[in-house]
Amino acid sequence: MLSSFLHAAVIAGTPLVFAILGEILTERAGKLNLGVEGMMLMGAVVGFKTALLTSHPLWALFGAALAGAAGALIFSFLTVTLRSNQVVTGLALTIFGTGFASFLGQGLAGHIVPASVKDFFHPVALPVLSRIPFLGEALFHHSIFVYAGYIIIIAAYVYLFKTRFGLNLRALGENTAAADAAGINIMKYKFAHILSGGALIGLGGAFLSLVYVPTWQENITTGRGWIAVALVIFCKWNPIRIFWGAFLFGGLDIIGFRLQGLNIHISQYFFDMLPYIVTVIILIMTSVKDSKEKSPPAELGRPYFREDK
Amino acid sequence: MTLKPAPHETLIKTRNLTKRFGDVLANNAINFKVKKGEIYALLGENGAGKSTLMNMLSGVYTPDEGHIFVHGEKVFFKSPEDSIKHRIGMIYQHFKLIDVMTALENIIIGRKDGFFLRTKEIKKQVLSIADRYGLPLNPDKKVYDMSVGEKQTVEIMKVLYRGADILILDEPTAVLTPQEIQNLFSILRRMKNEGCGIIIITHKLNEVMEISDWVTVLRKGENVGSVKTSETTYRQLADLMVGRSLDLSIEHVEIQEKNPVLEVRHLVLEDDERIKKINDLSFTLFSGEILGVAGISGSGQRQLCEALAGLYPVASGIIKYEGRDIVGLSSRQIMDKGISMSFIPEDRLGMGLVASMDLTENVILKDYYRSPGPFVDRKKGLEKTLAIIEKFNIQTPGPFHPVKLLSGGNIQKVLLGREIMSEPHLLITAYPTRGLDIASSFLIYDFINKQKKKGVPILYVGEDLDVLLELCDRIMVLCDGKATGILESQNATKELLGLLMAGETLESVERMNAHASDH
Amino acid sequence: MLQIIKNKEISSRKKAAIHLAAIFLALLTASVFILFMGHPPLKVYLSMARGAFGTSYRFTETLIKTIPLIITSLGISLAFRMKFWNIGAEGQIIMGAFGASWVALSYPHLPSFVLLPLMGLGGLAGGGIWALIPAFFRARFQTNETIFTLMLNYIALQWITYLQNGPWKDPGALGFPKIPNFSPQAVLPKLFGIHIGWLIAFILVVLSALFITKTKKGYEIQVIGESEKTARYAGINVSRTILVTLFISGALCGLAGMIEASAINKTLSVEITGGVGYTAIITAWLANLKELRIVLVSFLFAAMIQGSSYIQMAFQIPQSAAQILQGLILFFVLGSEFFIRYRIVYRSRESGGGET
Repeated sequence: MLSSFLHAAVIAGTPLVFAILGEILTERAGKLNLGVEGMMLMGAVVGFKTALLTSHPLWALFGAALAGAAGALIFSFLTVTLRSNQVVTGLALTIFGTGFASFLGQGLAGHIVPASVKDFFHPVALPVLSRIPFLGEALFHHSIFVYAGYIIIIAAYVYLFKTRFGLNLRALGENTAAADAAGINIMKYKFAHILSGGALIGLGGAFLSLVYVPTWQENITTGRGWIAVALVIFCKWNPIRIFWGAFLFGGLDIIGFRLQGLNIHISQYFFDMLPYIVTVIILIMTSVKDSKEKSPPAELGRPYFREDK
Repeated sequence: MTLKPAPHETLIKTRNLTKRFGDVLANNAINFKVKKGEIYALLGENGAGKSTLMNMLSGVYTPDEGHIFVHGEKVFFKSPEDSIKHRIGMIYQHFKLIDVMTALENIIIGRKDGFFLRTKEIKKQVLSIADRYGLPLNPDKKVYDMSVGEKQTVEIMKVLYRGADILILDEPTAVLTPQEIQNLFSILRRMKNEGCGIIIITHKLNEVMEISDWVTVLRKGENVGSVKTSETTYRQLADLMVGRSLDLSIEHVEIQEKNPVLEVRHLVLEDDERIKKINDLSFTLFSGEILGVAGISGSGQRQLCEALAGLYPVASGIIKYEGRDIVGLSSRQIMDKGISMSFIPEDRLGMGLVASMDLTENVILKDYYRSPGPFVDRKKGLEKTLAIIEKFNIQTPGPFHPVKLLSGGNIQKVLLGREIMSEPHLLITAYPTRGLDIASSFLIYDFINKQKKKGVPILYVGEDLDVLLELCDRIMVLCDGKATGILESQNATKELLGLLMAGETLESVERMNAHASDH
Repeated sequence: MLQIIKNKEISSRKKAAIHLAAIFLALLTASVFILFMGHPPLKVYLSMARGAFGTSYRFTETLIKTIPLIITSLGISLAFRMKFWNIGAEGQIIMGAFGASWVALSYPHLPSFVLLPLMGLGGLAGGGIWALIPAFFRARFQTNETIFTLMLNYIALQWITYLQNGPWKDPGALGFPKIPNFSPQAVLPKLFGIHIGWLIAFILVVLSALFITKTKKGYEIQVIGESEKTARYAGINVSRTILVTLFISGALCGLAGMIEASAINKTLSVEITGGVGYTAIITAWLANLKELRIVLVSFLFAAMIQGSSYIQMAFQIPQSAAQILQGLILFFVLGSEFFIRYRIVYRSRESGGGET
């Protein structure tokens, strides 16, 4: 029972894995991108539509990543190159992405993911690992998409803390002027990380439309993009903590549905509020206890112009 | 210049380097040349264009006209990356270090080779370089735990690790104690002997005389003279720098009648993490007195000023103003009680003024609430603004001009004008001349002395020890939130202040002196 | 080599020209999409205009859509001026509508002149309190208000979904999840053919402008928006000002919710906002938070929304096209700000250098 709950929580948490990771990369580059919700939707709809058109899972993933990156390109071109207000630009991206998804998704409602794509993402039990008692079934009997999430979290962690690119990125996020003076190509780093972050966010959206739901529905993300932005704070900008953040929220996402079976007389609608309420609580808690090591990249939200006078 | 040197000896040379910002000519046709084993000083007061020049040499700005030659080669820097490639190393006045990282991490940022960080290997390399130049370095210490001197060492190490043989230091002594300055100078001499070319950018004449081989003087963006240091005098450089013969001494006003106005007893201030920023501080401020506060930056000066103005919570202790305890009152309550503390904060545009608002709106900032009714009385504000503009000779297109578009000196005058026009009974000011040229600075000292003559007690937080010694009646030295000594200016020397800033106390210094004379 | 140079003050006429150019470019970009879909762009735009202004009915509809946009934009700008990123207008509208509906459904038989003001109060309180929650935590703990206010949108929406499906479900609706209609007394009357909301919006525009430019509170809000540190230094009670301002900001949004519930829907439903809470963020921003411009921008956006529902019928272009267009316009205007603040000059490498 608990194992199957955990199993479902991992699936529900996977879109968040990609979205949080994407936003961590973005914020490490010093930009607060509030367009996550929009980019997820763009990834979700493009991924779904590509799947319908090509019946090929890899094309669908590629399309979703591209859509997310395209959103991120708009964002970084505006905020990095043209130095626009990050908050408003992010909001504009969400509005644009929402419109884009519902525009492209017109008439897709009710369509089902092609069988070839469905099969590709069918759960696979990993040899040996899936036999670990209790956890094995919950963690290692999943779609290849979920495993990709595990791998990418670890890869991002290694990248960020053990490579020179990661060190440079962290330096840039903490003190852009210092990184600039050290000869780091600020523009390149910002674009590269915001764009790859966008691609990851797009993939997070595609997981929803291709694997999780897997049909098209309007506003398929239902605020997960925003939750991801909040969970970046919970994860303290460290990819490894996504394992906690994303899967905890995956659990909250499905708890109402699960408890219904247990004859508990609390309305479904209150459980549906739970992820949002917990997000708010986490926001409050992290703001109450603030300290130096856990705080966000110091340059987050600040514009940087080298030659400003 | 004099001799024609062999080309390989010249490390860096500029020809007619020019930079404009809008209509302002920040650098006009600057020429100089630095050879191997030379220390070259670029001397000029604030606003002379020193940092613009430095930023062009480091690739932060691109010159509008003119060229830079490095190691005999004409170069175009598009970014700092390019200047690093040409083995130019910058040590900025405001350190470009990442607080949450260690010394080693800061040193290796921006490396171009390898994918993974090979920390151990690099650490060995770094330590051997440090050894060669005699730099004391703890590679695993986090920057936020470091003293100013240690941070500067990391900065120097950063550029040496990149193989720089041209070092440019921007106001390297601004935040150091006199003793730390001597340490730095011995490091620079050692690097000079190793064949580096060193450029120091400074406005301090005595340091130029002490350390440099050559000096170029900048004034208002112009190159007004290049001379061999051994062939010039302090006086000559001073006149070149300011552009006219100027009496560089600050007026010292003597006031006879002195009554205690502000009494601080056992004051303790703590930050959010309950770290003591001011620790058991006691002093008295008398009417008609300027009490200077010295100390390396971050010793608790800001917290002290803010606490006196009611902006920082007091953990324990007493602040008595004319016999009344004012601890726990809000800043407005302090003003409303008839206590007019005019507080000129450290960062004028971040705290004292509202950058994008116009002069009038800034002038009413501290008394707009006094007018009756729910509406702001702008008419009265305008009258006051016009009066300030006239009295303080502020250069502005009008009273509705945004303050952020004024020059630094005029911004400072708006702030000071507002505070002085409110006829303060107590003036608290921190670094009021920071970023100003000498003429503007003297104007400010003049305003402060005028207040003193009226009997206003003044707390003056400063960083230039020469100014503190001349302007103030007494000087209190802070170190780590504690007063290491309060002494009469006429009995103080820079060396003594330096020792106190570094944490010695009057008693321990006395003991040291007694000990020295014993031998 | 290209160089970026900061502009000093720029004339407001030039500013307007740059903004108009941006909007034009956004429309041009959108036409590429329209062309791509196989429609003639000019014809689409013209029929959009016809859809918004073509008949007196359509024009009235456009005006009706302008009203909540204006009021909500006013509310949002108030918070934005303080750099408090209140993007929770959607939730504040919903909770305002909830407050008003609670009054309307509880006391359906009160006479209009008592019931409507009470509903107004309900709307003000609902929206105001909903905004007060994140304001409290921001003032007390510096909690990030952007995500907080947004989460409250979703919570508010779930709350109405619950009411609609549960305790407030209309027993007379044959199992359809719907909240009962208001009594006729709870419906706002009309003045010159349009419900009286337009008059309320008009009055609020004037009051807001006076509030910001003339009063001490308005001055304080502007100082806080520039720098909280400076505000503290000037003795302004920052926490209290944040709370008061956000209550007003939310209350205005709540009032928009009350108007929509009372005059348009005549009941409460999950679709009560029609996305106004998000659109108003754009309009407030594009209007540079200035009251009179809010009126103009809101009207144009309402026309765009109204027009796009018309082209849906005429060309089968989905109505979400309006949302994309809004996004595009915002992108272009955001980007164009760069050309207001900076100018780009070209300088060749060899200029003025002399010989080598």
